[in-house]
Amino acid sequence: MSEELAIELVGIDKRFGPVHANKNIDLKVRKGSIHGIVGENGAGKSTLMSILYGFYHADGGEIRVDGKAVSIAGSQAAIALGIGMVHQHFMLVENFTVLENVILGAEGGPVLAGGVSRARAELKRLAADYDLKVDPDAVIGDLPVGLQQRVEILKALFRGADILILDEPTGVLTPAEADHLFRILRVLRDEGKTVLLITHKLREIMAATDHVSVMRRGEIVATRKTQKTSMGELAELMVGRRVLLEVAKGPATPGRPVLQVEGLTVRDGRGVDVVRDVSLEVRAGEIVGIAGVSGNGQSQLLEAIAGIRKVRSGSVTVDGTRIDLAATEVDAARMRRLGLAHVPEDRHRMGLVTRFPECENAILGYHHDPAYGRGAFLDYDAIRTAAREKIEKYDIRPPQCMLKTANFSGGNQQKIVLAREIERDPVILLVGQPTRGVDIGAIEFIHKRLVALRDAGKGVLLVSVELDEIRALADRVLVMFDGRVVGERAPETEDSELGLLMAGAAGQEAAE
Amino acid sequence: MTRSPCLLAGLVLAAILSSAAVAEPALVYSVGGRFDGSFNEAAWRGAERFAKETGESYRDFEIARDADSLQALRSFAARGLSPVVAIGFNQASAVDAAAKDYPQTSFSIVDMVVEAPNVRSVVFREHEGAYIAGLLAAMASQTGTIGFVGGMDIPIIRRFLCGYRQGAASISADTRVLFNMAGDTPAAFADPARGAELARSQIARGADVVIQAAGGTGIGVLQAVADAGKLGIGTDSNQNGLHPGKVLTSIRKRVDVAVHRNFSDARDGKWSADVQVLGLAEGGMDWVIDADNRKLVTPAMEAAARAAETAISEGRIQVHDAASDGECPL
Amino acid sequence: MTAGQLPRWADYILMPAINVAAAFIVSGLVVLLIGENPIEAVKVLVWGSLGWNEGIGFTLFYATNFIFTGLAVAIAFHAGLFNIGGEGQAYLGGLGVALACLALDRYVPWWVTLPFAVAGAAAFGAAWAFIPAVLQAKRGSHVVITTIMFNFIAASLMVYLLVNVMSKPGSMQPETRTFEDGGRLPLLQDVLPFTDFGSAPVNFSFLLALAACLFVWVLVWRTRLGYEIRTFGANQTAAVYAGISPVRITVVTMLISGGLAGMMAINEIMGSQHRLLIEFVSGYGFVGIAVALMGRAHPVGIVFAAILFGMLYQGGAELAFEMPAITRDMIVVIQGLVILFAGALEHMFRPALLRVFGVLSAPAGTPA
Repeated sequence: MSEELAIELVGIDKRFGPVHANKNIDLKVRKGSIHGIVGENGAGKSTLMSILYGFYHADGGEIRVDGKAVSIAGSQAAIALGIGMVHQHFMLVENFTVLENVILGAEGGPVLAGGVSRARAELKRLAADYDLKVDPDAVIGDLPVGLQQRVEILKALFRGADILILDEPTGVLTPAEADHLFRILRVLRDEGKTVLLITHKLREIMAATDHVSVMRRGEIVATRKTQKTSMGELAELMVGRRVLLEVAKGPATPGRPVLQVEGLTVRDGRGVDVVRDVSLEVRAGEIVGIAGVSGNGQSQLLEAIAGIRKVRSGSVTVDGTRIDLAATEVDAARMRRLGLAHVPEDRHRMGLVTRFPECENAILGYHHDPAYGRGAFLDYDAIRTAAREKIEKYDIRPPQCMLKTANFSGGNQQKIVLAREIERDPVILLVGQPTRGVDIGAIEFIHKRLVALRDAGKGVLLVSVELDEIRALADRVLVMFDGRVVGERAPETEDSELGLLMAGAAGQEAAE
Repeated sequence: MTRSPCLLAGLVLAAILSSAAVAEPALVYSVGGRFDGSFNEAAWRGAERFAKETGESYRDFEIARDADSLQALRSFAARGLSPVVAIGFNQASAVDAAAKDYPQTSFSIVDMVVEAPNVRSVVFREHEGAYIAGLLAAMASQTGTIGFVGGMDIPIIRRFLCGYRQGAASISADTRVLFNMAGDTPAAFADPARGAELARSQIARGADVVIQAAGGTGIGVLQAVADAGKLGIGTDSNQNGLHPGKVLTSIRKRVDVAVHRNFSDARDGKWSADVQVLGLAEGGMDWVIDADNRKLVTPAMEAAARAAETAISEGRIQVHDAASDGECPL
Repeated sequence: MTAGQLPRWADYILMPAINVAAAFIVSGLVVLLIGENPIEAVKVLVWGSLGWNEGIGFTLFYATNFIFTGLAVAIAFHAGLFNIGGEGQAYLGGLGVALACLALDRYVPWWVTLPFAVAGAAAFGAAWAFIPAVLQAKRGSHVVITTIMFNFIAASLMVYLLVNVMSKPGSMQPETRTFEDGGRLPLLQDVLPFTDFGSAPVNFSFLLALAACLFVWVLVWRTRLGYEIRTFGANQTAAVYAGISPVRITVVTMLISGGLAGMMAINEIMGSQHRLLIEFVSGYGFVGIAVALMGRAHPVGIVFAAILFGMLYQGGAELAFEMPAITRDMIVVIQGLVILFAGALEHMFRPALLRVFGVLSAPAGTPA
């Protein structure tokens, strides 16, 4: 392997107001290697890559590409320097074909025809060289995510990228698809391309990279040759101390059923059944985990139970009260009154109004509670007092209930939501991705809270795409694939077995 | 609260001026502005003619909305201008109020009657002019169908329409009169595209002579009619020259005469507070024959129109005023 | 992503002040271009609108209209709705006012008529917002489209009513009879001691407008409904998650918005014109959008913005009088520039100001 550097970052620094996102970053990426950057959410990985791709401008420091100091003003400049990016969320036009997406923005002149035929030839060459086979005339919307991602890679290569940045590329992939992606990356490397792989999953780093840099709190704390490190060492570097990956919890003592779901089917706006005839039960004093690759209906299932999403058929029984979701007008307020609390997957989009002060978010969904006011009016003294209590109990920082919620970190925002939902003393708590984008300290706290809730005799239904989290918390694991519950397993079950279920390999095994 | 020195000085000056023999006259246009190609412009021409003839100056003001009118009238009165002539019926109540506040100032209102000891009211019998238009249109029509494009469906336009229909009926009871209004907002008087559209639809339904009573919208009417090779009739000012050979005639409402007379009466000391009703007989309404439409108006048509004019002037023909009872007897 | 925040006072006072100053500087250049002295023009404009009693009276009179229409737009903003139908809602509000006044003016004093007129204005204005609201809530037809359509329908309806149903018999004017004393609000100077606004029409409605500001403030920031409206406006998904019905909030907010717009008619119809006439709204509904934008949808900001626009209306008229070279169209240009800078370009100076404040507060900045 040559010692030539594809990218060298020297003293990169970036602040967002009070947040110091990147502190004096030095990074050397060798040409023709796969270099992983690992770190917790919020460690500054995405910011660093955005600086490299020209989305942000660094406050200080220097970027060198192929040994030359450069200034990257925007993505066009990055592309010109041979840097291509595959985003976590694909930037594809759904109703265009693969070919059309690839040439979008690089049409090569106002007349399409010439560019199109050239692009077709180029695409064929790329496919052959890098084992990236995609039908150029397929419509993007019809392709599975794995192939869509391949189109993103093709897009970057088509624009002449020598350096490829992939931001959390496996979040939407099944294990098999992820393996295929890594194979492609190795081919790219062998053909002389440089790959920067951003992830927070240690397993992927070990499987795919040559070198790995660990980021923590905006700094690069270590760079290692992948072969010479271990997951344990990386985890410790990421977090800055020894990590207890296990949550201390005793055996569950399940009691009466507090949530029963029967025959739930949800059809989305495109007319596709995204949840198919799902039945499940959660008892008091147990945590039921739903595992699955993102996008297999878990989100919709949770929202349907919470009364937010219209369903085609099915019923929900909360603490003995049965509601036919298809036949009755249900909203979240009604489900709440039955004792159902809900920590949604996406706190920004759903769980919080980020432009409100903290105290107003602490009553979201419970703003009709008589404790928070009289008649039509809200009593802000009472609201603030209640908010301060929760801030203290959940160690929410900074402890300022009038601060705009957007100014809290991800972990603290999640605590605001959790505090609100758990402190209502629900009979059943729905939790979606409770630790997504949350720092490790908060993760431990959140996990302890959920276990404590279970031990207090409440039911918890947990949806997470992090298998480790499911294993750590759940007393029973249900696996969802393509809208169905395809199996129930004990949390100790082998990775490979759960992986097969998550990939749909187990067929139509019914949930007991 | 202190008044500004400049305004204070202005008011003192105003007091001196209003006691002087001859004050500067003033003109307040209605919404639409000085160069609306119609009503206000006619008023402006009258004022300009006065200025040119006498060498005197005058002040004028364009209001943006009817609510500005009172303020404008008062400002002129406070500055000692007189007479203050308000154009348009919309200013009637403002004139009424201002006349009470400034009893020493002479006010005039065109197109409406305001009864006050210091207000002269000038109104026109538009329906008489419209009668002549209808008569000429019915005679010029080959198809027996004639058209009318109005601005808004308000009494003043209805009156014009009714006169037009009466004139047409005087030639033949079978004459079909198509009529459309352009809209329900003041924009209806400033929308040539809409005017053209309505005219084209009337032509498609057989009309071959179309009159416009829609201000700026009417420009589009005349354009569409000319493009289709049919005949248009202009109103308010002489619009024969817009499309020579395609405009049968123009029915003029002599707002310019009214303004000019107001200004010069005041200058000559002959101004009095009264109600002046100007129709064909008084020269307040007339119709135009010039080089542009000479060939269009046949001797027979001209004779018939002149005869009707005389008959109306002498009271032998009574053109019904639809605004008086809201009905048109046809 | 916008990093950092301005202090509240800078957000609510400094920013608008800078925007207005910029608008005036550009206007000054335009005035200079046509050969007039911009300093003199500003003097006339300010004196004309604030320098003497009657000028102030007119400024406040116009401001009263803008406060109502501005509040109407603002409350809808809070729910994320863009109600640009204030024009039509105010027009219909006038019908409500007129019906109350025509029915009662001969029998009772004004203060008996007023509650009915307010109820009529609010009810008719709200009714006119109701259909667009339901169409938005149930069918997803965008209120921007439907409310503007309803402006035209309102115009047609009112012309029809005023020409055919409500006009005085034999009148050339599409307007109702003039109200008697029982249908006329007293002038502000007759209500407030020690005030004198000359013959300006500013009237009791001004106090009503201030009361409406208080009402909106309490509603938005101190009630459960206001909380729901703000939640819905800030994040619809979160609102659904919180069990807030989008249909209900959309409809209720639009009703309140339409009602406030309708109240503007109290000032014009019962306070000044004393009769219902066509086109009395004449753009106040649209200016309300600029007022709400400039006032940041906050009642206090709206009062200031409304007064500013009142000044532009009144001072503009004075300006056209004093400096005939500055025509009405020039005044419209100046008003347009204020709207442009205050509304459309409101974020133009923000980054610079943020930087200034960032520099000022950097030593005190705490790392996260």
